[in-house]
Amino acid sequence: MEQATLIVLNSLVYGLLLFMLSVGLTLIFGMMGVLNLAHASFYMLGAFLAYTVSVRLGFWAALVVVPVMVGVLGAVVERYGLRAVHKHGHVAELLFTFGLAFVIGEVVPLIWGRNPVPYRVPPELDFALFQVGANAYPAYRLFMMAVAVAMFLALYLALARTRLGLVVRAALTHPDMVGMLGHDVPKVFTLVFGAGCALAGLAGVIAGNAYTTEPGMARSLGAIVFAVVVMGGLGSIWGALVASLLIGFVQVGSISLDLTVGAALGRLGLAVPGIFTDLWSISIARVAPVVPYLLLVLVLAVRPRGLMGTRSA
Amino acid sequence: MLAPAHAAVAPSRAGGTARAALPWLLAAALALVLPHVVPGGFGLSLLCRMGIAIVFALSFNMLLGQGGMLDFGHAVFLGLGGFLAMQAMKLMDAGAWLPLPVLPLAGGLGGLLAAIAAGWIATRRAGTAFAMITLGVAELVIAVVLLLPGTFGGEEGLSGDRSTGPRLLGWDFGTQMQVYHLIAAWAWGCALLMWLYTRTPLGRLANAVRDNAERVSFLGYDPARIRWRVFALSGLFAGIAGGLAALNDEIVTAGTMGPEASSAVLLMTFIGGIGTFWGPVLGAVLVTFLSVALSTITDAWQLYSGLLFVAVVVWAPGGLSGILKAHAPLLRGGRLRGVVPGYLACLPGLVLAVAGVGGLAELAFRLQAVRNGASPRPVLGMALDPGAPWPWLVALALLLAGALLLRRTAPAARAAWQEASAASAVP
Repeated sequence: MEQATLIVLNSLVYGLLLFMLSVGLTLIFGMMGVLNLAHASFYMLGAFLAYTVSVRLGFWAALVVVPVMVGVLGAVVERYGLRAVHKHGHVAELLFTFGLAFVIGEVVPLIWGRNPVPYRVPPELDFALFQVGANAYPAYRLFMMAVAVAMFLALYLALARTRLGLVVRAALTHPDMVGMLGHDVPKVFTLVFGAGCALAGLAGVIAGNAYTTEPGMARSLGAIVFAVVVMGGLGSIWGALVASLLIGFVQVGSISLDLTVGAALGRLGLAVPGIFTDLWSISIARVAPVVPYLLLVLVLAVRPRGLMGTRSA
Repeated sequence: MLAPAHAAVAPSRAGGTARAALPWLLAAALALVLPHVVPGGFGLSLLCRMGIAIVFALSFNMLLGQGGMLDFGHAVFLGLGGFLAMQAMKLMDAGAWLPLPVLPLAGGLGGLLAAIAAGWIATRRAGTAFAMITLGVAELVIAVVLLLPGTFGGEEGLSGDRSTGPRLLGWDFGTQMQVYHLIAAWAWGCALLMWLYTRTPLGRLANAVRDNAERVSFLGYDPARIRWRVFALSGLFAGIAGGLAALNDEIVTAGTMGPEASSAVLLMTFIGGIGTFWGPVLGAVLVTFLSVALSTITDAWQLYSGLLFVAVVVWAPGGLSGILKAHAPLLRGGRLRGVVPGYLACLPGLVLAVAGVGGLAELAFRLQAVRNGASPRPVLGMALDPGAPWPWLVALALLLAGALLLRRTAPAARAAWQEASAASAVP
């Protein structure tokens, strides 16, 4: 029972982190049709910048300053890079964000080195909140959840209740008509791109110290975030939330299972064939990282709209 | 779309055929002469790398340039081809009668089968969705390869000995020179086959699907099926490249098919230019050379090739071959002289900007080396102190000055080119 509680709590934290990353990505795709391959790189930049800022000014300053820095960088990239290649079509945009991810992936080790940096949880939040069985539950995890939920509420209110949110929502579905009505749609695009990158940066600030801040973090999380937005349905915020939590549970839950594939099939009453003996003796925990990619491919091939999307990828 | 339509029209007369054959004969002669010109074993192994990269990049451009398909996991076919070729080499080592020169065929078979399977899912969709599926499939394949150590050797990969096969004409392919000739012959043949493919109905239909899939389906063809066939053929040639790499390196690991290799082929193909047949060849030769030449003098060479790639995407989507092709009519019309002053005026700005970017990157790297307690290497013979602010300010000033100069001079150069090409278009 204690283990189940722990799994649920950890999956929730991980799922909400995925959501913070995927919500920006899905908004950008929904509005501009651009799949930003560099999105997870902005998450990584957020974590590394947070480390540098927190060493000098402390964690709380980083929490405020770094998302703004990453957001401004994202807006600059959209205004001076992405907009220039827009006229060459979607493949050119994809190539540009791919190149950007490649360059950021090389710049980060150039500045901060190839090893993990010691980015730590702030001492104010570095205590055990309560006991789950024999395990102490860190307060910082709860703080991460609180930030994610606050971000979701703020985003929801901004989109549903403000005039700017109205324009953004309209530009999601009818960009031409919004432009006809006199709104500066390219400026809205820049704003949304910057805001999406700022959210990724914020995710980097609060997750970089709970997990590890190292130059490979963008690559390991990037493809999973794509799987999340594709599953949720590109452009759908609710879909991103559901898919994030789902993949969070699958990932964290299966790591905690101590079973081999063959044994799991056996429990389900399925016989194990005599071939691929390697495969059946692998533990579920090692297969789990593959599941998001499998879902990505299956959803794209079979149901391109995703869980809650209204249009195809 | 991104790539301009192919200008080449099938030559119908004997003179046209002779003219088309000339570059191939020249390439063959060059391939025979080069190993005796380049210095030492280092140059020879570099030539071998280039030959493999040429086949790989050409197979990649069958998808991106000619079919409009952006494959983010193309190295998977290279890697699976390499593994199958390596299994064949292990059979050869165990005593089976398998001459080494045919082993790349096993690689091609591996690439073909893998591409037929992956293409069945991926080619149903085009554009962004296709790119995403290839990304997912690549991650899946790599994960499975690492999960099956019995077949693929796990982290260490598989290795074999290429010199145990039956001797052909006294060659046992133990020396690098003999392997070079094998690679050159395969690369030449594969390139020729891929060029001939561009003139087949399938090759033309691939261009049509890239440009306007809807119209192709109105003509009665199934675009998804055409994409699938092109994908399978591309996998075949990527697999052959993998087979060549396997017998060159005598080892294949999961890293061979990793995202780094997939990124590398995208970079070299796009930098060379996807709008011409020979662009990827140019890119493969240049990027392979740069990766070897630059990596000996700087640790940031991957950053430079990434920046070059981004610059090409933003400012020259046709790549290097696109730039060269844009000047061919000027050369024929004798108007090349008209653009030279404008280009020369851009040169100082370009040099300053490149020096600025290079300075910043090298300083960043040295700062880190100093922090780790190492003594930094000098930059172009100058001993710079990365801890002091002034080298940083100088580099930043160089970059800004270069960018401003380019902004000033580039429009005039572009106008000169437009004027010259308009004038040479009208005889």
